[in-house]
Amino acid sequence: MKTVFVTVGTTSFDELIERVTSAEVTQELKSRGYERLVLQVGRGALLPAADSCSHLRLEAFRFKDSIAEDMRRADLVISHAGAGSCLEALGAGRPLLVVVNDRLMNNHQLELAAQLHADGHLLYCTCSTLTGTLRDMDLSALQPFQPGQPKNFANFLDKALGVK
Amino acid sequence: MNFVPSELPYSASYAVVMFMFAAEAAFVFLFICLFFIFRFYIVVKTGRNHRPGTKGPVSVLVVAGSGGHTSEILRLMEHLSAAYAPRHYVIADTDRMSEEKISTFESSKPQSASETHFIFRIPRSREVHQSWSSTVISTLNALRFSLPLVFRLQPDVVLCNGPGTCVPLCVAGLLLGILGIKKVLIVYVESICRVQTLSLTGKILYLISDYFFVQWPSLRDRYPKSIFLGRIV
Repeated sequence: MKTVFVTVGTTSFDELIERVTSAEVTQELKSRGYERLVLQVGRGALLPAADSCSHLRLEAFRFKDSIAEDMRRADLVISHAGAGSCLEALGAGRPLLVVVNDRLMNNHQLELAAQLHADGHLLYCTCSTLTGTLRDMDLSALQPFQPGQPKNFANFLDKALGVK
Repeated sequence: MNFVPSELPYSASYAVVMFMFAAEAAFVFLFICLFFIFRFYIVVKTGRNHRPGTKGPVSVLVVAGSGGHTSEILRLMEHLSAAYAPRHYVIADTDRMSEEKISTFESSKPQSASETHFIFRIPRSREVHQSWSSTVISTLNALRFSLPLVFRLQPDVVLCNGPGTCVPLCVAGLLLGILGIKKVLIVYVESICRVQTLSLTGKILYLISDYFFVQWPSLRDRYPKSIFLGRIV
């Protein structure tokens, strides 16, 4: 069952949850072949009831100890611009669409999402442009994301500190 | 030789003595300041010559800020060999989740975790969105805990990656070097979230750290003293 996983991390992003469960967006997702929508709503006020959507199978929760499984089962991840969420989705090799919360001022986390977008690793939009982005998106154009290499850090430090 | 002319009235001779005392105190103060500045310069300039690994295990003080900072720092430590021991983790007193993450990380290590890792708590320097005037007070408070902790542990390396918690700890490490007690290497890794701009902590520690890592080329270009190895988390 083609699944969309929506995550807002530890924040609250009611505007996204509202948009993504709207008739307009759910219809768009359905026409692209998605059948299931899983929402991780964090600290948001909005927690949609299960199966409250007519077009898709809906599930919603606030937090889990680990969303690795939800990530793994998703065919598309829609996420807020948080670094942890972005890196987790990209690390799981999932196509990623980042929705920027333009109500947050001076959000430095945008730097990372913007750079990853510039490098072609993810798609990028706001709540108001979500429907259009979903309609026009080409997930096959996304570049695979190579994980970081902490081994390079360890090797450098060993050499610099004289560790054998 | 008598510097105080005996013809001066009592109040004037008193004033001269006080002035001389004040002048001496000022000279001593100036000397101490110059000594500190000189020692500071030496400690910061010669940091990279110091190689604690040649003498045996390298003790590390790891600053675990909350949330993403802890995850990033544990990822950085994934490939550090057993030579980096003991590992002293310092977390902010208001942080609930880092201790669990650290314990999970350490329990995956082959050798006895209870002997080689320890967790300490200190007051947080600054909460997110805290006003700057109260930040001075809370930072001084954090310093009050950081100084004795660092003076007691005397780590070879302080490893940190961004939270304000690390500033008092790094300053304490620097002080150990300035006083000639021990050279403490400051290793700072700017968060992967920082692509175009350094965090405030990064801007401060760029000046005093021995090894300063950035993870994006735009930062490497802007901060010539930084080390760029690509993404390392």
